[in-house]
Amino acid sequence: MSAANSDALKDLLYRLADDQLILGHRNSEWNGLGPILEEDIAFSSMAQDKLGHSLQLYLLLQGLGEAEPDTVAFTRNAPQFHCAQLVELPIGEYDFSLIRHFLFDTAELLRFELLSQSSYEPLAQVARKLKGELKYHVLHANTWIKQLGSSTEEAIDRLQGSLNFAMPYALGLFEKTGYEEALIAEGIFVGEDELKAGWIEKITVILAQTSLELPDLTTLTPVYGGRAGQHTEHLQPLLDEMAEVFRVDPTAEW
Amino acid sequence: MEPNPSAPITESQILTWLEVVKDPEIPVLSLIDLGVIRGVSIAETGQVTVTMTPTFSGCPAMDYMQRDVEQTLHAHGVADVVVRMSFDEPWSTNLMTEAGRLALKEFGLAPPPAYQQVLDLDILEYAQCPRCNGTNTTMRSPFGATLCRSMHYCNDCRQMFEQFKPL
Repeated sequence: MSAANSDALKDLLYRLADDQLILGHRNSEWNGLGPILEEDIAFSSMAQDKLGHSLQLYLLLQGLGEAEPDTVAFTRNAPQFHCAQLVELPIGEYDFSLIRHFLFDTAELLRFELLSQSSYEPLAQVARKLKGELKYHVLHANTWIKQLGSSTEEAIDRLQGSLNFAMPYALGLFEKTGYEEALIAEGIFVGEDELKAGWIEKITVILAQTSLELPDLTTLTPVYGGRAGQHTEHLQPLLDEMAEVFRVDPTAEW
Repeated sequence: MEPNPSAPITESQILTWLEVVKDPEIPVLSLIDLGVIRGVSIAETGQVTVTMTPTFSGCPAMDYMQRDVEQTLHAHGVADVVVRMSFDEPWSTNLMTEAGRLALKEFGLAPPPAYQQVLDLDILEYAQCPRCNGTNTTMRSPFGATLCRSMHYCNDCRQMFEQFKPL
């Protein structure tokens, strides 16, 4: 692989891995707080899956010469993170976490289905693994969106409010970087536009089975910047908390 | 039967030794029956390489499984053991053996349904009650006590049960 391709690949892997790590951490914040026991377990399980997914992606980065996964996960500060801003937002109320989970994981399942055809075989192998696990995340999200999105007036109002709030951030998942053309040209990834088109189709199908309305996407301004290290004020405190124990003694054996 | 110490060990001997290594979260299921041990090779130097593939990528038991494989082979006098984690052949529940499925059922966990090629959402929701064999069941949550389990309710015998999720 040429040096230029290697840079493009690293850029992609950091975006993928950081999304998983940060949303995984946010999901773990529901541990002990879920509205019902099953949801407590569900968000905690998805947290565990997502940390596992980030680990596999950081291991690919290590194979390309980056530092080992714990160092990469626990020693960078917010400007070095490439996650979309959607994933770093606080968990808020359950309606927001559910909407974010629905919007994110629908995109994520499609993304890894597409990446399972990547010309970079190590990434394709990891993608084939992850997409099987992500089906359960999407199944979980769809079940609750369909049930709550057509239940009481309060549930529908809350979900609609969160959907309207989250949508510009969700569009930020598809922010392109300077490596977009290289990734497409090399067959590493089909690109954000194709992913976004598939994502809109999927969420439209589910929302049509509820009383929720998809906001008019043409009038929304996507929240970009996350892929370039520009983040909300919420990311750095999350990183400080996540790495607090690690930073006490980075050389400790666990 | 212990092998003749002067005879070279064979791959099938290694696999026999590994039958005692169980999934730490489901102690009735051996790693062989689980399908995570994908191959054994023995180099001319005597180095034994065991290739394993993870079940769920975030499964915290994988480290223990890897360590148990090493310790088991060390105990049989194999000094030079390498456990290689690989995604070459990704794990799926279709790799689980019949013996493994039976062991799960006796343990009270519904075995994962075997599926053809594509795992669709219908299969994810299907489960057969391990107690009364009823199929009139409802998925309560795709997540359970461990990453590999989902929670279901049997409308026939009116009991909650867990399933090893098809993957």
